[in-house]
Amino acid sequence: MYTQGLLEAIPKAVSALEDSERMARFQARIDAEEKIEPKDWMPDAYRQTLIRQISQHAHSEIVGMLPEGNWISRAPSLLRKSILIAKVQDEGGHGAYLYSAAETLGIARSELIDQLLSGRAKYSSIFNYPTPSWADIAAIGWLVDGAAIMNQIPLCRCSYGPYARAMVRVCKEESFHQRQGYHAMLSLARGTPAQQRMAQDALNRWWWPALMMFGPPDTASQHTAVSVRWKIKRFTNDELRQKFVDFTVPQAQFLGLTLPDAQLQQAADGHYQIGPLDWSEFNAVLKGNGPCNAERIAERRAAHADGAWVRAAAIAHAAKRAARAVA
Amino acid sequence: MTSPQDWPLYEVFVRAKRGLDHKHVGSLHAADAAMAIEHARDLYTRRQEGVSLWVVKSSDIVASDPDDAQALFDPAEDKIYRHPTFYDIPKDVETL
Ligand SMILES: [Fe+2]
Ligand SMILES: [Fe+2]
Repeated sequence: MYTQGLLEAIPKAVSALEDSERMARFQARIDAEEKIEPKDWMPDAYRQTLIRQISQHAHSEIVGMLPEGNWISRAPSLLRKSILIAKVQDEGGHGAYLYSAAETLGIARSELIDQLLSGRAKYSSIFNYPTPSWADIAAIGWLVDGAAIMNQIPLCRCSYGPYARAMVRVCKEESFHQRQGYHAMLSLARGTPAQQRMAQDALNRWWWPALMMFGPPDTASQHTAVSVRWKIKRFTNDELRQKFVDFTVPQAQFLGLTLPDAQLQQAADGHYQIGPLDWSEFNAVLKGNGPCNAERIAERRAAHADGAWVRAAAIAHAAKRAARAVA
Repeated sequence: MTSPQDWPLYEVFVRAKRGLDHKHVGSLHAADAAMAIEHARDLYTRRQEGVSLWVVKSSDIVASDPDDAQALFDPAEDKIYRHPTFYDIPKDVETL
Protein backbone atom coordinates (compact mmCIF):
# COMPACT_ATOMS: atom_id res chain seq x y z
CA MET A 1 0.00 0.00 0.00
CA TYR A 2 0.97 3.64 -0.44
CA THR A 3 3.55 2.79 -3.07
CA GLN A 4 3.50 6.19 -4.69
CA GLY A 5 3.80 8.06 -1.40
CA LEU A 6 6.67 5.86 -0.49
CA LEU A 7 8.62 6.61 -3.64
CA GLU A 8 8.69 10.28 -2.71
CA ALA A 9 9.41 9.58 0.92
CA ILE A 10 12.68 7.73 0.36
CA PRO A 11 15.18 9.97 2.14
CA LYS A 12 17.62 11.85 -0.06
CA ALA A 13 20.79 12.07 1.94
CA VAL A 14 20.73 11.55 5.67
CA SER A 15 23.70 12.26 7.86
CA ALA A 16 25.50 9.32 9.38
CA LEU A 17 24.46 10.35 12.87
CA GLU A 18 20.81 10.62 11.97
CA ASP A 19 21.17 7.28 10.28
CA SER A 20 22.53 5.52 13.33
CA GLU A 21 19.76 7.01 15.51
CA ARG A 22 17.14 5.84 13.07
CA MET A 23 18.82 2.47 12.85
CA ALA A 24 18.66 2.08 16.64
CA ARG A 25 14.96 3.02 16.67
CA PHE A 26 14.30 0.62 13.81
CA GLN A 27 16.00 -2.30 15.57
CA ALA A 28 14.29 -1.44 18.88
CA ARG A 29 10.94 -1.60 17.18
CA ILE A 30 11.74 -5.02 15.72
CA ASP A 31 13.07 -6.28 19.07
CA ALA A 32 9.78 -5.19 20.65
CA GLU A 33 7.93 -7.34 18.06
CA GLU A 34 6.41 -4.24 16.46
CA LYS A 35 5.88 -4.32 12.70
CA ILE A 36 7.69 -2.15 10.21
CA GLU A 37 5.22 -0.48 7.84
CA PRO A 38 5.82 0.84 4.29
CA LYS A 39 6.32 4.51 5.09
CA ASP A 40 8.60 3.88 8.09
CA TRP A 41 12.29 4.54 7.77
CA MET A 42 14.22 1.31 7.20
CA PRO A 43 17.83 0.54 6.34
CA ASP A 44 18.38 0.07 2.65
CA ALA A 45 19.69 -3.46 3.18
CA TYR A 46 16.42 -4.40 4.91
CA ARG A 47 14.43 -2.98 2.01
CA GLN A 48 16.57 -4.75 -0.58
CA THR A 49 16.54 -8.06 1.29
CA LEU A 50 12.75 -7.95 1.48
CA ILE A 51 12.31 -6.96 -2.15
CA ARG A 52 14.52 -9.88 -3.14
CA GLN A 53 12.82 -12.39 -0.85
CA ILE A 54 9.21 -11.33 -1.45
CA SER A 55 9.63 -11.10 -5.20
CA GLN A 56 11.37 -14.49 -5.39
CA HIS A 57 8.49 -15.84 -3.41
CA ALA A 58 5.97 -14.22 -5.76
CA HIS A 59 7.79 -15.55 -8.83
CA SER A 60 7.73 -19.04 -7.28
CA GLU A 61 3.95 -18.91 -6.89
CA ILE A 62 3.54 -17.78 -10.50
CA VAL A 63 5.97 -20.30 -12.02
CA GLY A 64 4.50 -22.90 -9.65
CA MET A 65 1.25 -22.77 -11.60
CA LEU A 66 2.94 -24.31 -14.64
CA PRO A 67 3.77 -27.89 -13.54
CA GLU A 68 0.27 -28.32 -12.12
CA GLY A 69 -1.55 -26.41 -14.83
CA ASN A 70 -0.07 -29.05 -17.09
CA TRP A 71 -2.60 -31.56 -15.63
CA ILE A 72 -5.81 -29.52 -15.54
CA SER A 73 -7.02 -30.89 -18.86
CA ARG A 74 -6.13 -34.47 -17.89
CA ALA A 75 -7.22 -34.71 -14.25
CA PRO A 76 -8.79 -38.15 -13.64
CA SER A 77 -12.25 -36.89 -12.62
CA LEU A 78 -14.36 -33.75 -12.78
CA LEU A 79 -13.95 -33.26 -9.03
CA ARG A 80 -10.13 -33.58 -9.20
CA LYS A 81 -10.17 -31.14 -12.09
CA SER A 82 -12.24 -28.59 -10.16
CA ILE A 83 -9.92 -28.97 -7.18
CA LEU A 84 -6.82 -28.51 -9.33
CA ILE A 85 -8.22 -25.41 -11.04
CA ALA A 86 -9.01 -23.93 -7.63
CA LYS A 87 -5.53 -24.71 -6.36
CA VAL A 88 -3.75 -23.27 -9.39
CA GLN A 89 -5.94 -20.15 -9.14
CA ASP A 90 -4.92 -19.83 -5.48
CA GLU A 91 -1.25 -19.96 -6.48
CA GLY A 92 -1.80 -17.14 -8.96
CA GLY A 93 -3.50 -15.24 -6.13
CA HIS A 94 -0.53 -15.87 -3.84
CA GLY A 95 1.74 -14.41 -6.50
CA ALA A 96 -0.50 -11.33 -6.71
CA TYR A 97 -0.62 -10.82 -2.91
CA LEU A 98 3.16 -11.05 -2.77
CA TYR A 99 3.86 -8.76 -5.72
CA SER A 100 1.64 -6.19 -3.99
CA ALA A 101 3.59 -6.58 -0.77
CA ALA A 102 6.88 -6.12 -2.66
CA GLU A 103 5.52 -3.01 -4.35
CA THR A 104 5.01 -1.31 -0.98
CA LEU A 105 8.82 -1.26 -0.78
CA GLY A 106 9.00 1.07 -3.76
CA ILE A 107 9.52 -1.25 -6.72
CA ALA A 108 7.08 -1.33 -9.64
CA ARG A 109 5.22 -4.49 -10.64
CA SER A 110 6.47 -4.14 -14.21
CA GLU A 111 10.05 -4.14 -12.95
CA LEU A 112 9.43 -7.32 -10.94
CA ILE A 113 7.89 -9.08 -13.93
CA ASP A 114 10.81 -7.92 -16.03
CA GLN A 115 13.29 -9.41 -13.56
CA LEU A 116 11.55 -12.78 -13.80
CA LEU A 117 11.22 -12.83 -17.58
CA SER A 118 14.77 -11.66 -18.21
CA GLY A 119 16.09 -14.46 -16.02
CA ARG A 120 17.66 -12.07 -13.47
CA ALA A 121 15.33 -13.17 -10.67
CA LYS A 122 15.30 -16.54 -8.99
CA TYR A 123 12.29 -18.65 -8.12
CA SER A 124 12.00 -21.88 -6.18
CA SER A 125 13.98 -24.64 -7.91
CA ILE A 126 11.27 -27.18 -7.16
CA PHE A 127 9.22 -25.95 -10.10
CA ASN A 128 11.96 -26.90 -12.53
CA TYR A 129 11.09 -30.58 -12.17
CA PRO A 130 8.66 -32.18 -14.64
CA THR A 131 5.21 -33.63 -13.88
CA PRO A 132 4.91 -36.66 -16.18
CA SER A 133 2.20 -38.49 -14.22
CA TRP A 134 -1.00 -37.67 -12.32
CA ALA A 135 0.66 -38.92 -9.15
CA ASP A 136 3.08 -35.99 -9.46
CA ILE A 137 0.16 -33.63 -8.87
CA ALA A 138 -0.74 -35.55 -5.72
CA ALA A 139 2.88 -35.56 -4.58
CA ILE A 140 3.26 -31.81 -5.22
CA GLY A 141 0.23 -30.97 -3.07
CA TRP A 142 1.34 -33.25 -0.28
CA LEU A 143 5.10 -32.59 -0.27
CA VAL A 144 5.77 -29.32 -2.07
CA ASP A 145 2.86 -27.43 -0.54
CA GLY A 146 3.61 -29.20 2.74
CA ALA A 147 7.19 -27.92 2.70
CA ALA A 148 5.96 -24.48 1.63
CA ILE A 149 3.62 -24.34 4.63
CA MET A 150 6.48 -25.20 6.97
CA ASN A 151 8.50 -22.33 5.48
CA GLN A 152 5.60 -19.91 5.35
CA ILE A 153 3.98 -20.20 8.77
CA PRO A 154 6.87 -18.39 10.52
CA LEU A 155 6.68 -15.68 7.83
CA CYS A 156 3.22 -14.74 9.13
CA ARG A 157 5.16 -13.16 12.03
CA CYS A 158 7.78 -11.50 9.82
CA SER A 159 8.73 -7.97 10.92
CA TYR A 160 7.53 -6.34 7.70
CA GLY A 161 3.78 -5.73 8.02
CA PRO A 162 2.61 -6.10 4.41
CA TYR A 163 4.59 -9.33 3.95
CA ALA A 164 3.29 -10.78 7.21
CA ARG A 165 -0.31 -9.92 6.29
CA ALA A 166 0.07 -11.43 2.82
CA MET A 167 1.46 -14.60 4.38
CA VAL A 168 -1.50 -14.94 6.76
CA ARG A 169 -3.75 -14.94 3.72
CA VAL A 170 -1.50 -17.42 1.87
CA CYS A 171 -1.23 -19.81 4.80
CA LYS A 172 -5.01 -19.96 5.21
CA GLU A 173 -5.21 -21.28 1.66
CA GLU A 174 -2.21 -23.61 1.72
CA SER A 175 -3.74 -26.12 4.08
CA PHE A 176 -6.32 -27.03 1.42
CA HIS A 177 -3.47 -27.52 -1.07
CA GLN A 178 -1.65 -30.00 1.11
CA ARG A 179 -4.74 -31.91 2.15
CA GLN A 180 -6.06 -32.32 -1.39
CA GLY A 181 -2.63 -33.61 -2.42
CA TYR A 182 -2.50 -36.15 0.38
CA HIS A 183 -6.08 -37.15 -0.39
CA ALA A 184 -5.20 -37.79 -4.03
CA MET A 185 -2.09 -39.71 -2.94
CA LEU A 186 -4.22 -41.83 -0.61
CA SER A 187 -6.57 -42.72 -3.47
CA LEU A 188 -3.61 -43.95 -5.52
CA ALA A 189 -1.97 -45.75 -2.60
CA ARG A 190 -5.22 -47.64 -1.96
CA GLY A 191 -5.82 -48.27 -5.66
CA THR A 192 -4.65 -50.89 -8.14
CA PRO A 193 -1.04 -52.14 -8.11
CA ALA A 194 -0.37 -49.89 -11.11
CA GLN A 195 -1.70 -46.87 -9.21
CA GLN A 196 0.40 -47.79 -6.18
CA ARG A 197 3.50 -47.97 -8.39
CA MET A 198 2.63 -44.59 -9.80
CA ALA A 199 2.37 -43.11 -6.30
CA GLN A 200 5.67 -44.67 -5.23
CA ASP A 201 7.40 -43.43 -8.37
CA ALA A 202 6.21 -39.86 -7.74
CA LEU A 203 7.32 -40.01 -4.11
CA ASN A 204 10.74 -41.26 -5.23
CA ARG A 205 11.18 -38.30 -7.53
CA TRP A 206 9.76 -35.53 -5.26
CA TRP A 207 11.11 -36.48 -1.84
CA TRP A 208 14.65 -35.14 -2.19
CA PRO A 209 13.77 -31.99 -4.15
CA ALA A 210 11.09 -31.23 -1.51
CA LEU A 211 13.71 -31.49 1.25
CA MET A 212 15.96 -29.13 -0.68
CA MET A 213 13.19 -26.51 -0.77
CA PHE A 214 14.34 -25.46 2.69
CA GLY A 215 17.58 -24.19 1.20
CA PRO A 216 21.23 -24.96 1.85
CA PRO A 217 22.32 -26.41 5.21
CA ASP A 218 22.83 -23.87 8.00
CA THR A 219 26.59 -24.26 7.70
CA ALA A 220 26.45 -22.95 4.12
CA SER A 221 23.63 -20.38 4.30
CA GLN A 222 24.78 -16.79 3.81
CA HIS A 223 21.68 -14.81 4.73
CA THR A 224 20.54 -16.37 7.99
CA ALA A 225 22.17 -14.25 10.73
CA VAL A 226 21.03 -10.80 9.63
CA SER A 227 17.62 -12.09 8.52
CA VAL A 228 17.10 -13.55 12.00
CA ARG A 229 18.10 -10.25 13.65
CA TRP A 230 15.60 -8.41 11.46
CA LYS A 231 12.96 -11.09 12.11
CA ILE A 232 12.51 -11.78 8.43
CA LYS A 233 13.50 -15.33 9.25
CA ARG A 234 12.68 -17.05 12.54
CA PHE A 235 14.03 -20.56 12.09
CA THR A 236 17.05 -21.86 10.24
CA ASN A 237 16.82 -23.97 7.10
CA ASP A 238 17.84 -27.14 8.91
CA GLU A 239 15.35 -26.59 11.74
CA LEU A 240 12.47 -26.27 9.31
CA ARG A 241 13.67 -29.21 7.22
CA GLN A 242 13.82 -31.42 10.31
CA LYS A 243 10.31 -30.40 11.31
CA PHE A 244 9.05 -31.28 7.85
CA VAL A 245 10.73 -34.68 7.93
CA ASP A 246 9.26 -35.45 11.36
CA PHE A 247 5.77 -34.58 10.14
CA THR A 248 6.03 -36.32 6.79
CA VAL A 249 7.63 -39.70 7.54
CA PRO A 250 4.57 -41.00 9.46
CA GLN A 251 2.31 -39.69 6.67
CA ALA A 252 4.27 -41.74 4.14
CA GLN A 253 4.07 -44.79 6.39
CA PHE A 254 0.31 -44.40 6.59
CA LEU A 255 0.17 -44.41 2.79
CA GLY A 256 2.17 -47.66 2.81
CA LEU A 257 4.83 -46.03 0.62
CA THR A 258 8.59 -46.18 1.09
CA LEU A 259 10.69 -43.04 1.33
CA PRO A 260 13.64 -43.29 -1.06
CA ASP A 261 16.26 -43.03 1.68
CA ALA A 262 17.94 -46.24 2.86
CA GLN A 263 19.59 -44.36 5.72
CA LEU A 264 16.39 -42.90 7.14
CA GLN A 265 15.95 -43.86 10.79
CA GLN A 266 14.23 -42.68 13.92
CA ALA A 267 16.63 -41.48 16.60
CA ALA A 268 16.14 -42.12 20.32
CA ASP A 269 14.76 -38.57 20.75
CA GLY A 270 11.97 -39.32 18.27
CA HIS A 271 13.34 -37.24 15.40
CA TYR A 272 13.90 -38.87 12.02
CA GLN A 273 17.42 -38.70 10.65
CA ILE A 274 17.75 -38.47 6.89
CA GLY A 275 20.65 -39.51 4.66
CA PRO A 276 22.86 -36.88 3.00
CA LEU A 277 21.29 -34.47 0.51
CA ASP A 278 22.86 -34.14 -2.92
CA TRP A 279 23.56 -30.41 -3.01
CA SER A 280 25.38 -30.60 -6.32
CA GLU A 281 22.03 -31.42 -7.93
CA PHE A 282 20.33 -28.56 -6.08
CA ASN A 283 23.00 -26.12 -7.22
CA ALA A 284 22.80 -27.31 -10.80
CA VAL A 285 19.03 -26.73 -10.87
CA LEU A 286 19.49 -23.36 -9.17
CA LYS A 287 22.03 -22.33 -11.80
CA GLY A 288 19.50 -23.06 -14.52
CA ASN A 289 20.42 -26.60 -15.47
CA GLY A 290 17.34 -28.35 -14.10
CA PRO A 291 15.10 -30.45 -16.31
CA CYS A 292 12.58 -27.64 -16.97
CA ASN A 293 14.27 -24.27 -16.27
CA ALA A 294 14.29 -23.13 -19.88
CA GLU A 295 10.76 -24.40 -20.54
CA ARG A 296 9.28 -22.62 -17.53
CA ILE A 297 10.75 -19.22 -18.39
CA ALA A 298 9.87 -19.64 -22.06
CA GLU A 299 6.27 -20.35 -21.04
CA ARG A 300 6.09 -17.27 -18.80
CA ARG A 301 7.59 -15.11 -21.53
CA ALA A 302 5.08 -16.38 -24.07
CA ALA A 303 2.18 -15.79 -21.67
CA HIS A 304 3.37 -12.23 -21.03
CA ALA A 305 3.89 -11.50 -24.72
CA ASP A 306 0.54 -13.06 -25.70
CA GLY A 307 -1.20 -10.89 -23.11
CA ALA A 308 0.40 -7.62 -24.24
CA TRP A 309 -2.48 -6.65 -26.55
CA VAL A 310 -5.01 -7.35 -23.78
CA ARG A 311 -3.17 -5.07 -21.35
CA ALA A 312 -2.88 -2.33 -23.96
CA ALA A 313 -6.52 -2.69 -25.03
CA ALA A 314 -7.73 -2.48 -21.44
CA ILE A 315 -5.79 0.76 -20.89
CA ALA A 316 -7.14 2.21 -24.14
CA HIS A 317 -10.69 1.20 -23.21
CA ALA A 318 -10.35 2.71 -19.74
CA ALA A 319 -9.03 5.97 -21.24
CA LYS A 320 -11.93 6.10 -23.68
CA ARG A 321 -14.49 5.52 -20.96
CA ALA A 322 -12.88 8.17 -18.75
CA ALA A 323 -12.94 10.68 -21.62
CA ARG A 324 -16.63 9.92 -22.26
CA ALA A 325 -17.47 10.36 -18.61
CA VAL A 326 -15.93 13.86 -18.67
CA ALA A 327 -17.70 14.88 -21.89
CA MET B 1 9.65 2.15 -13.34
CA THR B 2 5.96 2.59 -14.10
CA SER B 3 4.96 3.62 -17.60
CA PRO B 4 1.53 4.86 -18.75
CA GLN B 5 1.04 1.39 -20.23
CA ASP B 6 1.06 -0.13 -16.73
CA TRP B 7 -2.28 -0.58 -15.04
CA PRO B 8 -2.54 1.66 -11.97
CA LEU B 9 -2.55 0.30 -8.44
CA TYR B 10 -5.80 0.09 -6.44
CA GLU B 11 -6.25 -0.55 -2.73
CA VAL B 12 -8.96 -3.07 -1.89
CA PHE B 13 -11.34 -2.99 1.08
CA VAL B 14 -13.67 -5.87 1.93
CA ARG B 15 -16.76 -5.93 4.13
CA ALA B 16 -16.69 -9.43 5.60
CA LYS B 17 -20.37 -9.41 6.48
CA ARG B 18 -23.22 -6.98 6.87
CA GLY B 19 -22.79 -4.84 9.95
CA LEU B 20 -18.97 -4.76 9.80
CA ASP B 21 -16.70 -2.03 8.41
CA HIS B 22 -14.86 -2.40 5.14
CA LYS B 23 -11.32 -3.46 5.96
CA HIS B 24 -8.17 -2.96 3.91
CA VAL B 25 -6.99 -6.32 2.54
CA GLY B 26 -4.32 -5.46 -0.02
CA SER B 27 -3.88 -4.03 -3.47
CA LEU B 28 -4.00 -4.99 -7.11
CA HIS B 29 -3.48 -3.56 -10.58
CA ALA B 30 -6.36 -2.83 -12.95
CA ALA B 31 -6.99 -0.66 -15.99
CA ASP B 32 -9.90 1.10 -14.29
CA ALA B 33 -12.14 0.95 -11.24
CA ALA B 34 -14.64 -1.46 -12.79
CA MET B 35 -11.86 -3.93 -13.58
CA ALA B 36 -10.41 -3.40 -10.11
CA ILE B 37 -13.71 -4.59 -8.60
CA GLU B 38 -13.68 -7.68 -10.83
CA HIS B 39 -10.08 -8.47 -9.95
CA ALA B 40 -10.76 -7.83 -6.26
CA ARG B 41 -13.57 -10.36 -6.36
CA ASP B 42 -11.27 -12.99 -7.91
CA LEU B 43 -8.32 -12.18 -5.70
CA TYR B 44 -9.76 -11.45 -2.28
CA THR B 45 -13.15 -13.20 -2.08
CA ARG B 46 -12.62 -16.70 -3.48
CA ARG B 47 -13.87 -18.22 -0.24
CA GLN B 48 -16.79 -15.97 0.66
CA GLU B 49 -14.56 -13.54 2.54
CA GLY B 50 -16.83 -10.64 1.70
CA VAL B 51 -20.25 -9.28 0.81
CA SER B 52 -19.10 -5.88 -0.44
CA LEU B 53 -15.96 -4.38 -2.00
CA TRP B 54 -14.41 -0.94 -2.17
CA VAL B 55 -11.52 -0.07 -4.44
CA VAL B 56 -9.64 3.21 -4.49
CA LYS B 57 -6.65 4.31 -6.51
CA SER B 58 -3.58 4.06 -4.27
CA SER B 59 -2.39 7.45 -5.52
CA ASP B 60 -5.60 9.02 -4.16
CA ILE B 61 -4.86 7.95 -0.59
CA VAL B 62 -3.37 10.63 1.62
CA ALA B 63 -1.54 9.15 4.59
CA SER B 64 -0.03 10.69 7.68
CA ASP B 65 3.75 10.71 7.82
CA PRO B 66 5.26 8.23 10.34
CA ASP B 67 7.74 10.98 11.31
CA ASP B 68 4.76 13.06 12.50
CA ALA B 69 3.41 10.21 14.62
CA GLN B 70 4.65 11.71 17.89
CA ALA B 71 3.22 15.13 17.19
CA LEU B 72 -0.07 13.67 16.05
CA PHE B 73 -0.73 10.92 18.54
CA ASP B 74 1.29 11.51 21.70
CA PRO B 75 -0.87 14.40 22.96
CA ALA B 76 -3.62 11.84 23.64
CA GLU B 77 -1.30 9.84 25.87
CA ASP B 78 -1.68 11.87 29.12
CA LYS B 79 -5.41 12.44 28.82
CA ILE B 80 -6.37 9.40 30.81
CA TYR B 81 -9.43 11.24 32.12
CA ARG B 82 -10.98 10.54 28.73
CA HIS B 83 -11.45 6.92 29.76
CA PRO B 84 -14.23 5.72 32.05
CA THR B 85 -11.83 3.66 34.13
CA PHE B 86 -10.17 6.91 35.32
CA TYR B 87 -13.06 7.56 37.68
CA ASP B 88 -13.27 5.76 41.00
CA ILE B 89 -16.92 5.56 41.98
CA PRO B 90 -17.96 4.11 45.34
CA LYS B 91 -19.29 0.57 45.05
CA ASP B 92 -22.65 1.58 46.49
CA VAL B 93 -23.46 3.50 43.34
CA GLU B 94 -24.94 0.98 40.96
CA THR B 95 -25.77 1.05 37.29
CA LEU B 96 -23.02 3.57 36.44
FE1 LIG C 1 1.08 -20.85 -2.82
FE1 LIG D 1 0.05 -23.96 -2.54
